[in-house]
Amino acid sequence: MKLTLTVNGTTHTSEVEPRTLLVHHLRDNLGLTGTNIGCDTSSCGACTVHFEGQSVKSCTMLAVQADGGEITTIEGLADQAQQAGISTGDQDWHPMQEAFHQCHGLQCGYCTPGMVMAATSLLEENPDADEGGVREGLEGNLCRCTGYHNIVKAVLQAKGGA
Amino acid sequence: MIPAPVEYTRAGSAEEAISLLTEHGDEAKLLAGGHSLLPMMKLRLATPAQLIDVGRLDELRYINADNGEVAIGALTRHTELEHSDVLADACPLLKHVASLVGDPSVRHRGTLGGTLAHADPASDLPAAVLALGGTLVAQGPNGRREIAATDFFASYFESVLAADELLVEVRVPSGGGGWNYQKFNRRAQDWAIVGVAVADGGKGIALVNMGATPLRATAVEAALAGGASAAEAAAVAAEGTSPVEDGNADATYRKHLARVLTERALNAAG
Repeated sequence: MKLTLTVNGTTHTSEVEPRTLLVHHLRDNLGLTGTNIGCDTSSCGACTVHFEGQSVKSCTMLAVQADGGEITTIEGLADQAQQAGISTGDQDWHPMQEAFHQCHGLQCGYCTPGMVMAATSLLEENPDADEGGVREGLEGNLCRCTGYHNIVKAVLQAKGGA
Repeated sequence: MIPAPVEYTRAGSAEEAISLLTEHGDEAKLLAGGHSLLPMMKLRLATPAQLIDVGRLDELRYINADNGEVAIGALTRHTELEHSDVLADACPLLKHVASLVGDPSVRHRGTLGGTLAHADPASDLPAAVLALGGTLVAQGPNGRREIAATDFFASYFESVLAADELLVEVRVPSGGGGWNYQKFNRRAQDWAIVGVAVADGGKGIALVNMGATPLRATAVEAALAGGASAAEAAAVAAEGTSPVEDGNADATYRKHLARVLTERALNAAG
């Protein structure tokens, strides 16, 4: 069926099977491979993107459920920050990306796109989150490398700098 | 994992959803947030031929407190319950329990009506609505009917909703006495191994994951009504339960948890 999605500010019209998961549409049809597939069971959060401004797990949403809506993926976050006038650092990244970079909030990097998207949504919803609030707010995103300390540090730094 | 091939229609109104249900019968499943149904479809535990998407029916997304009760549209999302100022005043138990479902991204999609209709005895919100003595409103081809929460859950993943009915509203009493929710699990974002919801100072108590449906702890309620202490009443919390045995816990341990968590919940509810 016909599907129209605005992804990172660009509107795409595609023909998809109804059973196509949003993450597969983003990766396989639109070539946006920054969003990773981890557990594929809505546990790990690697596939987190923003739908209508809120974090969602794109492995547990049909692409057609998002028809007519707006999606932001990790590829679009820096552009979004630039448009909002909040980008930062040498690369003009989103403050969350810059904070992950500065705080070394990643090791292998597989969880990072989902972690960054969940963290930006978390601060949008709870701008005053303290360390406990950040840890609880990221409960849906698993990292098997870092032990989370530098991720939490990064989110708190982004909160201060954003 | 990709679900089996399926047809998809987005309903533009509750009436259209019901007419599609009438047309497709048992072959159809309603899709709200999809966070229970889609994982089951990926595992082929559910293989509907037709999905009817009600997730965008904003007419069924509201929280209104009036005349001593709170009416909540069935498609209200967990995140909206969790952040509701109306619920903070009128029904803090429901607000709190909603904040413990899954994780924030799951709560952005999941809906109150969806979790009730899914009827998973391990889910949090069905037990909260049961403890509160809520009323569920179903709409079918011949209009609406009210179903008491105590009559709504039939068995594992089964409610008394007919194949052509859509859950449209949930009503719970506002105010009431002390409340508490105890959720015991081993990993963040997981289902409760056992949970206990206490509403209105112990007049309504419901157990999570202690049988085929969420269960009212009627023995505990009766003991409290007869003047028993929290500890005495909690001692009978496992009466009438038949919990599953799984990798997390055997039945004996679940019964132990039910007693311990009930005592904690009653003490905390005051």
